[in-house]
Amino acid sequence: MTKRRVKRAPPKVWAGVALIVVALALLPFVAALAGQAWVRILNFAMIYTMLALGLNIVVGFAGLLDLGYIAFYAVGAYVYALLASPHFGIHLPFWVILPLGAGLACIFGVLLGAPTLKLRGDYLAIVTLGFGEIIRIFLNNLNAPVNITNGPQGINLIDPFRIGSFSLARAGPVLGIDFSGPQKYYYVLLLLTICVIVINIRLQNSRLGRAWEAIREDEVAAKAMGINTRNVKLLAFAMGASFGGIAGAIFSATQQFVSPESFGLFESIIVLAMVVLGGMGNIPGVILGAVMLTLLPEVLRYTMEPLQLALFGRVLLDAETVRLLVFGIALVAIMLYRPAGLWPSAVRKRELETPKVVAE
Amino acid sequence: MSTLSLLAAKGISKRFGGVHALSDVSFTINHGEIYGLIGPNGAGKTSLFNVLTGIYTADDGNFIFDGEPLDRVKPNEVAERGIARTFQNIRLFQNLSALENVMIGRHVRTKAGVFGAMFRDKNTLAEEAAIEKRAYELLGYVGVAKRANDLAKHLAYGDQRRLEIARALATEPKLLALDEPAAGMNATETQGLKRLLEEIRRDGITILLIEHDMKLVMSVCDRVLVLDYGRKIAEGSAAEVQNDPKVIAAYLGSEVSLNLKG
Repeated sequence: MTKRRVKRAPPKVWAGVALIVVALALLPFVAALAGQAWVRILNFAMIYTMLALGLNIVVGFAGLLDLGYIAFYAVGAYVYALLASPHFGIHLPFWVILPLGAGLACIFGVLLGAPTLKLRGDYLAIVTLGFGEIIRIFLNNLNAPVNITNGPQGINLIDPFRIGSFSLARAGPVLGIDFSGPQKYYYVLLLLTICVIVINIRLQNSRLGRAWEAIREDEVAAKAMGINTRNVKLLAFAMGASFGGIAGAIFSATQQFVSPESFGLFESIIVLAMVVLGGMGNIPGVILGAVMLTLLPEVLRYTMEPLQLALFGRVLLDAETVRLLVFGIALVAIMLYRPAGLWPSAVRKRELETPKVVAE
Repeated sequence: MSTLSLLAAKGISKRFGGVHALSDVSFTINHGEIYGLIGPNGAGKTSLFNVLTGIYTADDGNFIFDGEPLDRVKPNEVAERGIARTFQNIRLFQNLSALENVMIGRHVRTKAGVFGAMFRDKNTLAEEAAIEKRAYELLGYVGVAKRANDLAKHLAYGDQRRLEIARALATEPKLLALDEPAAGMNATETQGLKRLLEEIRRDGITILLIEHDMKLVMSVCDRVLVLDYGRKIAEGSAAEVQNDPKVIAAYLGSEVSLNLKG
C-alpha cells in the first residue's frame, strides 16, 4: 500500500465527509422507524467494529493468529460490571472505568503475549484459544470461595453510562429532540468508534505500524534490521487487547448485564471472521466486515419467515435455523469468491491475484 | 587492540550436531576496508554471518566490534551496535513497498512509540518526515528511486538486491555485511554493484562481502579470507590468496583427490 499522505483535502472530499457525517447522524432515527431493536443492532455493529479493529492489530498488522481475543473483551466487560453495579456496591463513573478496563485488558494482553513470543501460526492459535477459554472458565467459577464474578448467573443491574443525572439508558429529550436510550448510546458509541478508527489509522502509518508489518512479512529480517521483535509483538498484543477491553466495558454498559456465556470461543471466531472476511490488515475492510457480520444475521432473522411465506406459502424451516444456514453459506461464498476479503488492502489484493504482468 | 580494527573475531567455532560448521576461525577487519569472505559451497561463510549477526550463538570464541565484545547479543542489538546485513536468499518485506522497506530500516535509529503514533506530536511528525526523506535518498543512492512505490516483490531481481542494501544502509551501519549481493546478476549489473560498493566504502562504511563472483571479489576487496570446511585456510590480499595452493586446491578439489591417492 502506498501511503502518501493527503496534505490538503480538496473541497470534494470535504463535501463527501459532510455527507457521511449527516448520514451517520440521522441513521439512528431512520433505523428507529423499523424499531428500536435496529438501533441496538447498530450499536452492536460499532462495538464489534472496535473489537475487530483491535484484533486486526494483532492478526492483520503483526500477523499473529489470535483465537482467544474475546478474553480481553470479557476482561473489559467484567471490570465495568464489577466497578459499576450493586454486586460490590461500587458505582464508579464510566470515564474512570473505561481507562481501567483498557489498562487491565492491556496487562492481560502482555500476559498472553509474553509466553507465546516464539510461537507462530497454528501453535500460537492453539495457545491463544486455550487462553480465551481459561478466562471464560475463570469467570464462570470465580463465585467460590469468594464470590467475585457471581459465576454463571452473571452480573445484573450494571450502571449505564451516566453524566451527572443524565443517563444514557433512559429515553428523554435533548435540546428539544426526543431520544430513546439506544439512540443516545449510538452517538457516544459513534464518537468512541471514530476515535478507535483514527487511532488505528495512525498506528498503521507509524514507525510502530511498519515494525508490525515487518514482523508479519519476515521476522528474521525484521530482527536483522534492529527491530526488537519481542517488545514490538508485546505492544501488538497490548494495543489489540486494550481496544478489546474498551469494547467490553461499553458492551457491559449498554447491556447492563454480563455473564460468561457471552465470551465463548464462538465469539472469538466471529470477530476473527470479521477481520478475515473484511480484509485483513485493511482498516476500511475490517470495519466493513464487522458491520456486515453484525447486520447480516439480524437481517436474516427478520426476513427468513416472510420470505418463506412468500415463496412456499408456509414456513418450512424455523427462522433461527435457516438464518444460521444462510449465514454460513454466505461466509463460505465470500471466502470462495473474495479470498482476500471483501475489501482487501492494495497489498493483499496484489498478493493474491495472479499477476498478469510478471515482474520483469 | 589496535585502533585500526573494526571487527576482530577470535577462535569462532560453531557445531550443528556432529558437523563443524566453523572451527576456530579468527580474523580482523580494519576500518574502511572491503573484506572478502570466500570459499566453496558449504564452507561456512553464511554460518559465520549468522554467528556474527546473532542469529546463531557461537559455541566458542568471541567477536570484538568497535572496541567492545559482541557476545550473546541478539540480532536486533547487533543491528543497533552497527552491523547491518543482507541475506543470500533475499529477505525483503515482500508485500510492502520499496520505500516502506527502507523506512523500516530506519526503525532502529528512530524512537517514536505508541503515544507518538496516536497523538502525532511535533517531534513524531518531524521524525516521520525525516524517515521518509532519508528513505528516498537511500533509494536514489542505490538506484531504485523510480520503484519507490512498487511492492518489493515486484522489483527486478537486481533491484531487489540493491533494495536490500538500501534497507541495510538505513540502519546507519559501521559494518555492512553482504551475503552474495551479486548472485544472479548479469555482468552489467555486477559492474554497477561494484561501483556501489566502492561508493559505500568512500562514505566511510566498512564492508564484509561474501561472494562467489571471483572477478568482483578480486577487483573490489582489499583483503580476503578463505574458508573451507569451516576452517580458515588463507587470508591476505586478493593476489596473495589467488595464488595460494591451498585455496586453489579447495576450489579445484585437488587436495581431496590427492588425499584419496595418498
